[in-house]
Order: sequence, then C-alpha cells, then structure tokens
Amino acid sequence: MSKRPSLPVADAPVRPTVWDSPAMARRLRRRYAAERRFRLLGLAAVALSAAFLAFLLVTMVAQGIRGFTETTITLPIDLAAADLPIEPARVKGRSADLALAGAGLEDAVDTAATMRFGRDGADLLSPGAWLAVRDAIKADPAILRRTVTFTLPVASPFDVAAKGEGTPDAEQVVARLKAQGVLSTGWNWNFLTDADATDPTRVGIWGAAKGSLLTMLVTLALAFPIGVLAALYLEEYAPKNRWTDLIEVSINNLAAVPSIIFGLLGLAVFLNTFGLPRSAPLVGGLTLALMTMPVIVIAGRNAIKAVPPSIRDAALAVGASRVQVIFHHVLPLALPGILTGTIIGMARALGETAPLLMIGMRAFIAAPPRGLTDPSTVLPVQIFLWSDQVDRGFIEKTSAAIIVLLVFLLAMNGLAIYLRNRFETRW
Amino acid sequence: MRLPCLFAAMFALAACHDQANGGGAGVRDQITAVGSSTVYPFTTIIAERFVAADPDAKAPVIESTGTGAGMKLFCAGIGAGHPDIENASRRMKASEYRECAAHGAKALLEVQIGIDGIAFAESKRGPRMALTTADIYRALAARPGGRVNGARTWRDVNPALPAIPIQVYGPPATSGTRDALAELIMTRGCDAVEPGATALARRDAEAHHRTCTRIREDGAYIDAGENDNLIVQKLQSNPNAIGIFGYSYLEENRHIVDGVAINGVMPSYQAIAEDRYPGSRPLYVYVKKAHLDAIPGLRQFLILYADNWGQNGPLVRRGLIASPAPIQARARAIITRETVLDPATLPS
Repeated sequence: MSKRPSLPVADAPVRPTVWDSPAMARRLRRRYAAERRFRLLGLAAVALSAAFLAFLLVTMVAQGIRGFTETTITLPIDLAAADLPIEPARVKGRSADLALAGAGLEDAVDTAATMRFGRDGADLLSPGAWLAVRDAIKADPAILRRTVTFTLPVASPFDVAAKGEGTPDAEQVVARLKAQGVLSTGWNWNFLTDADATDPTRVGIWGAAKGSLLTMLVTLALAFPIGVLAALYLEEYAPKNRWTDLIEVSINNLAAVPSIIFGLLGLAVFLNTFGLPRSAPLVGGLTLALMTMPVIVIAGRNAIKAVPPSIRDAALAVGASRVQVIFHHVLPLALPGILTGTIIGMARALGETAPLLMIGMRAFIAAPPRGLTDPSTVLPVQIFLWSDQVDRGFIEKTSAAIIVLLVFLLAMNGLAIYLRNRFETRW
Repeated sequence: MRLPCLFAAMFALAACHDQANGGGAGVRDQITAVGSSTVYPFTTIIAERFVAADPDAKAPVIESTGTGAGMKLFCAGIGAGHPDIENASRRMKASEYRECAAHGAKALLEVQIGIDGIAFAESKRGPRMALTTADIYRALAARPGGRVNGARTWRDVNPALPAIPIQVYGPPATSGTRDALAELIMTRGCDAVEPGATALARRDAEAHHRTCTRIREDGAYIDAGENDNLIVQKLQSNPNAIGIFGYSYLEENRHIVDGVAINGVMPSYQAIAEDRYPGSRPLYVYVKKAHLDAIPGLRQFLILYADNWGQNGPLVRRGLIASPAPIQARARAIITRETVLDPATLPS
C-alpha cells in the first residue's frame, strides 16, 4: 500500500489517517471480513431455500411419478362361454348401460380370473376391472361372441408390490406373475381423466382439478374487477381524508385475516343466509374471492402509485378526460404490477383448504362437476382426503396429486409472466 | 379500448353467477350424506357402485364430518338444502332426535349396516401389552377413585404391567370413535373399579356418565385428530405408545402395528363379530323418510347398501364386520318396509 499525502485542507483532522499503520490494516481486514461474511450469509440463505425446494420436488416427484403409472394384467375372457344375458344387438345407446349393469359382468370377469390364475385369481384384479370390460363391450358389442384378451388393472396391493413397496406375500405373487409374463406397467391415463374413487387403482384427479378450475374462475371473475376498480378509485379519485385512511387500514387488515375466518364467513353468509348449494365451486369461488380481493387492491394501488405523475399530467395537458387517462395510460402501465399481485393472490387461493372445508368442499364425489353449482372438491382438499385413506396405494396417489397441483400452479404463474411481459411498457 | 371490453365481459360473467344463485336450494337430484369418518369409506363404496350401476345417475356427495357434526347438519331441516343420509358410528341420541323432530325430520329410518371394532394397537416393536378395561380406566380417566389421576406409568396402574409411561393416541371428543371408547371401554372399566358406580348408574345416569367417561387432560391421552393414519405413524415412531382407532386401520396396517389384547381377547374379525372383544360397536346410517320420494335413487341406494353388506361383500373386504344374520334381515326389512325409528328406544 503506497503512502498517500495528507490533503491540505483547512479543517484537517488532528491525527491524519495513516494507511499503513498496523491498526489501520487490522481495521481494514475486519471490514473486508465483515463484507465477505455478509455475502456468504446471503448465499447460504439462498442455498438453504434452494435445498428445501429441491428436497420437496425430488421426494414428491420420486414418490408421485409412480402414481401416474399402473400395473396391468392380461386376461383372456371367453365372453361367449360366460353366457351373459345380453343381446349384442341391444347394446346401443342409453339402454346399453342398464343392460350391462344387470348382466353379472363382474362375476363373469371374476370367474375368468379364477380359471386363469387359480383360487385367488379374482383378488388379483382391481375392483374396477369389470368396468373396463363393460366399456369394451359398449364400444364393440360383437366381442360378446368370442374370446377377447383384456389388459386389466391389478388390485392395489399387487400394484404397490409391483412397484417395489408391497408386503412380502404380495411381492411373491407379483414375482410369480412376472415370470409368467402377464404383468405389464403402463401410463395410467385414467388418473388424469377420472374423479375420486374408493380404490386407489381407480382414482382420478380430473374431478378435483375441474373443481379447482371452476372455483378459480369464479374467484378471478369477482376479485379481479372489484379489486382493480377499488384500487383505481382509491388512487385516482378518492379524497385523502379520515375515511379513506380508515378504508386503507381495513383493506390491509383484511389481507392479513387467517383464511379459516373467511370460511366461517362463507358458511354464515353464502350457505346459511343466501341458501346457496353446499360444496359448490360457486360458493368456494365467492369465499376465496373475499380472501383474494384485498391482496389485489393492495398490489393494484402500489402499481398505480408507481406510474409517474408526469404521464397523467401530459395526457391531461393534451386534453384527455380522466377516464381516458386511466384507461389509455395509467392502467396499461400499472397492469404488470396488478397482474403480479393478482397471481400471488390466486396462487394462495388455489392452495387454500381451510375455508373450503367449512363450506363442505371435502366430500367424496365419484364424478367431475358439470357446472358451477354441482358439488365438487378442489386439488388441495383432494390431497387432504387421500392422505387420510386407509389403503396404502393412496400414498403414491397423494404425491401424484401434489405434482398435479404444482403443475397447475406453475401453469398459472407462467400465464401471469407471459401476460406481464406482453403488457410491460418502459418509460 | 380493449381493457374496458375485458372488464365488461367480466361483469357479465359475474352477473351470470348472480342469476345462478336463485336455483341453488330448490331441487336436488343427487344424494347427499354427512357424518362419521368411520362409516364414510363404506358409504363411498356404495356411492361408487350406485354410479357404476346407472351411469346416468348423478354421483352422490359423501362428506366426512364426524358423527356429532353430521347430526347437526342432518337435523337442521328437511328439503333440498339438507343432507339425506347421516353416517353414524353410534346410535342417535334422544337430544339429537328432538333437534331433528323440531326441524321437521320426525320420520327417520335407522339402518344398522354392520359392526366396527375400536382397536387398541401398539408398534410391532412395542412391549406386547395386555390390558383390561379396568387398567385402561385407571390409566385414562380424569378422576379415578375421586382423585386427580396421578398415574405416570402403566406400572402405577397395575403392578403386572411394564414401567413405561402412559402415552395413548386417540380420537378427539367430537368423534364417534371417542364415544365408543367412553361407552365400551371406560364405562366398563369404571363399573369394575369404582365401588359405587353401578349404584350411581341406577340413581343418576347423567352423573355416572360424567364421572366414568371423562378422560384426563394432562398429556397422557393425546388427541390425534380425525386422521387415523396419523396415529399409525405415531405408533411407528414411538414403540411405547398405544393407539386407539377403527378396526379397519389395524387390519390395513398389520405390518406396522399389532393389536393389544383387552380382557384377554385380541382384536380380530372373529372376536368382534362374535362380540367377545370389548371394543365392538354397531354402525348405522340414518335416512329421512320424507326424502325417499323427493330424491331420485335414494331407495335404490339403500337397497344397494343392503346387497353389499353381506359376509363376502365388498364392504367386508374394506374392513366392515358383517352383523349377524338376524340383524341384517331386520335392517333390510327397515329399508324395504320403510319402518320409522321409534324415538323411545334412543339412548339419552
């Protein structure tokens, strides 16, 4: 370190800074060390959160990916010999379902499995296996006259065993079947298209996903316009006085209210007072809209505040009306910020369970909802319900449902980022 | 002017929702059930079969709320806004029936669907406990012998038991399983231990119930919520703990937990069906008679229940214990003849 000349200033310190003194060198070292420590601390914080995220994703994906696959068994069924009381010609349209439901198809499938795989053969098949046979007959009634080889899902204990997690007994059976070459593993498409079921080999996530979709639609349709309009009024029109202060404090408080309170509110207002249907996505959406709206108002106000006043002044100066200023300039410039706030609010609403439990969106429903007033569940509640199931096959289905929820969330965030980039304007 | 259009579209959508509000509580074409988390898996199986048998029928909605909370919803009235079926892991209480009757649901069908056992279990690595109802009462009651329960280890309760701390994971107070614990285990233990208990029961049933079934709250009995899988996990990580849950959970987790013998009887299908195991209880569904005509498919749903509760039926495979043949026949007769429940027989 070179010696620096002390500056010839009038009020120079009594003891000029001596840069090469040992005391100064020590102070400098301490200063650099503090700098390094702080940087490392920040890095460690980032690494820790990244590690948590990686752990979560890796365990979920490792467990959940098995939930998307199913083990199937090939089973020839001689439908002609089974002597089912069905005329192939009558299996058409609506009457087909009733004809097939009463035909004892379930027993025919069980008998075929017993003949092929021995005394416990029927237990190998998933309780829903006969439904696959029924659908095949509906698609092509001509197969009732011949022997058809079906690929049917196996029962849950053997499905789990085939994936390496089963009981010793089940694993023995699976090893024997594998040696015979009748087992195969495939992608479980039904998981993505079906609704809840009692047997893990038959469950699907679509019922809950559609419920989530409908609920989010209602939430967005209510919370976004109301939130944005409230934010615009409060920033652009409202006078600054005690009343607007009170409103601001109330909105901030509302955003911090625990979600279960909104559930109780939804139960009291929408179900008990308005008499809306229980368990419906409409009520879920209304309840979550109450929760999301304040978040959008706060984010919207900040985004609108960040638009430079010069832009408003310039527009007003060339003769634009207040509405034109807002819709032509302020809102487009504030929109990226508003969208970010909206997506944070919506993501929170998507993962919310507690308020929806209060309004009954926790029911078992074996079919996806057909409309806003049909009973349904949502993804996080479905995860909660499956985690409570007795059957061990549900463990991987729970993880698979979590993956679907995460994908849902990522898709929503991706859409928000796309929209934000589209509307982003720089000045 | 793209943005104003967007807003206009959103308001139009919001207006549609407002219109949809009106028809909500008027008519309903699907079955709704609430109640016990123990009966829930069985009712869901029937719901699934109901849809499989007639794909045109709308899927029933089954909610697991616990017996007590379900009774409140069930008894809040008749009509489309209120559930048709109550799943119950105990009989309806007279006070609950009065609530129902006051809201117009006087005519109810009471159908026993089968039997459930509440099982005591411990980890496979556990100390192989063998308890009596008296031991359990002394270990879990709030005030055995009129004094605050000071027992810390099982040896304090019975010198023959090992000196490990009393840690029992069990259901919360709102659960039907907890009511069964109180009625089937605690009351029997109380009658065996407390000298004046049987006399008190005759004199003042309410006071007897209060003293015998209150469970200690100093941490020895750990309330584990309605999630029975959680209790199984706790047992796995704590070999000294004992868990209380529905028998079907014991059956499903045999590789992790073992049953604990009560009064010398291990919890098993046979023992519960023959009523030898002290922790067995009947399961019920309650149905509003007025809804049988109003809700399409409700009759078929009940008949489907009766067709599936037999010895080799799917409900038994799922953990239900079939009731003896005469009780099954009587329950089926209640469904087919629509025999209304006689409130005089209900417990207080």
